[in-house]
Amino acid sequence: MSASGILVIIEIEAGMATPLSYEVLGLARRLGDEQGHEVTAMVLGAGLGEAGKDLPSRGADRVVRIDHPALGDYQADAWLPDIAKTARNLAPALIFAGHSTVGLDMAPRLAFRLESAVTTACIEVATKDGKLLFTRNCFGGKAREVSSFRTTTVVATILPKSQEALPIDPARSGEIVDRDSVLEANAIRTRIVERVRDENTSDALETANIIVAGGGGVKGPDGFRRARELARALGGALGATRLACDLGWCAPDLQIGVSGRTVAPELYFAIGISGAAHHVAGCVNSKAIVAINSDADAPIFALSRFGIVGDCHDLMPALIAAVEVTKS
Amino acid sequence: MHILVCIKGIIDPDVPTALFDVDEEAKAPAPLSGVRTLMSPFDKQAIEGALRIRDTRGAVRISLLCMGPDSSRTIIKEGQALGADEAYLLTDPLFEIADSFTTARTLAAAITTIGDVDLVLTGRQSADWDSGVVGGGIAELLNVPAITLAASIEIDGQTVRVRRALVDGAETVEAPLPAVVTVAHEMGAPRKASLRETMRAASKPVTVWTASDIGLAADEIGNHGRRAVPERLYIPLSDVKCEYITGETPAAVASALITRLQEEKLL
Repeated sequence: MSASGILVIIEIEAGMATPLSYEVLGLARRLGDEQGHEVTAMVLGAGLGEAGKDLPSRGADRVVRIDHPALGDYQADAWLPDIAKTARNLAPALIFAGHSTVGLDMAPRLAFRLESAVTTACIEVATKDGKLLFTRNCFGGKAREVSSFRTTTVVATILPKSQEALPIDPARSGEIVDRDSVLEANAIRTRIVERVRDENTSDALETANIIVAGGGGVKGPDGFRRARELARALGGALGATRLACDLGWCAPDLQIGVSGRTVAPELYFAIGISGAAHHVAGCVNSKAIVAINSDADAPIFALSRFGIVGDCHDLMPALIAAVEVTKS
Repeated sequence: MHILVCIKGIIDPDVPTALFDVDEEAKAPAPLSGVRTLMSPFDKQAIEGALRIRDTRGAVRISLLCMGPDSSRTIIKEGQALGADEAYLLTDPLFEIADSFTTARTLAAAITTIGDVDLVLTGRQSADWDSGVVGGGIAELLNVPAITLAASIEIDGQTVRVRRALVDGAETVEAPLPAVVTVAHEMGAPRKASLRETMRAASKPVTVWTASDIGLAADEIGNHGRRAVPERLYIPLSDVKCEYITGETPAAVASALITRLQEEKLL
């Protein structure tokens, strides 16, 4: 008998599921409807309050909540015993988590603990001829692989912005189950000594409609200040390539790409960005890319809806002025 | 103190997109003439992490562990020239065409065979398949704690303390040894090999092991033990057509672009 059901691991921030968690739940619901899977959302935390109770309205048939003082800040050692227990009881066909710093840490270990299989940063999960197929980028975004798995359960992390969250439907109902944690104190071998959250503007990257991102062609911190001014004029957020972050031209958490953030705004200005695959992988889902680069052969143009071959130092002030004109 | 760093040889990740191609039949990257096999950059940064621990503590033995063909000796020697002491090369046709699962199983079995390892370091992911599964997998198979995405690593007695680079900030996490730590790009640039170490590297030992040396049977490793079935590998094609905006002056170009963006309701 083949396994049935989808378990979705939800991340909570400030009492609400993260946008990525809603996206993953949306995917689970669509697959669930297609194949008759029940969708169970699992919420772990300390002092959950109402957290997770809205998940039926976003696609869950059932919400399992586990509230325990040690589950507040994610640590694999703290979360895995409860997740593994629930997974063993449900024996689902699929376990989904977002491809966040939590998901990428947790999913491989959950899969090995369950003796199942794992795939990460999936952009598509679909069935074809009765087989579940998982699609993901590889080779720094230069290639795409499609895999299936021999195990009855597959753990998969889902890339941000690759799936649509379901709109809130208050008419959808689901069961909310509060369960006791099975966590034993000595199971947590790791200890969080300190956690510092950056409270700057970079939070806005994932939700921004417009992103202005700078690369090597911006040529230094001064160029980045210009890019920031352009972002501000457009009401958008500032992003960067790995190179620009490494050179210290901007904050490291602005990095977009394979080893940074994944974004999908309506409009993505790639300023002085050549289009290296590892950067493109983080922005290729943008609705439209505008490339400004002095090198007419830069690969970024092949992915862009609009292109300007020219010096971004001349063009950024001109663009800021042109945007200001439209506002007045 | 014995630190073991897992390293992998991969196709140069900076090979231009235009040159990179895949063999859709074999579901593998197409061989490229003139493109060298390199040590995966995150793995090189893991070696750097180990060397920095030795810089501050002295008396640290650093071993390399590599599963791959005999030609992997090139990256092993590169790692030994950076300062690693001995190395273990796992080479056997039975190991080939492994997935993340059989790779982790093979490396974990080798680590168990080596026996006295205090800290295992891996890259956060290999820069070819980009999965990021093996480090956590080794930790589970060895039943030791793991800390991912290290930007810096310190050893304090029998504790490893790791600063983790997170998308929205940073955190410091510690764990008792033995443990597995995966190293992120934020570790920073690896050092260059000195001439002295490069010359010494030639005579540093490399132990070669096959599957039977680490107690693994044919059906649990490589292609036989795989859990992932490759269905397809392809180059995604962009169907975007670039509209170039030109003009006499930057101001004219800028205003033409804004107009077009407004016409397309993108602004």
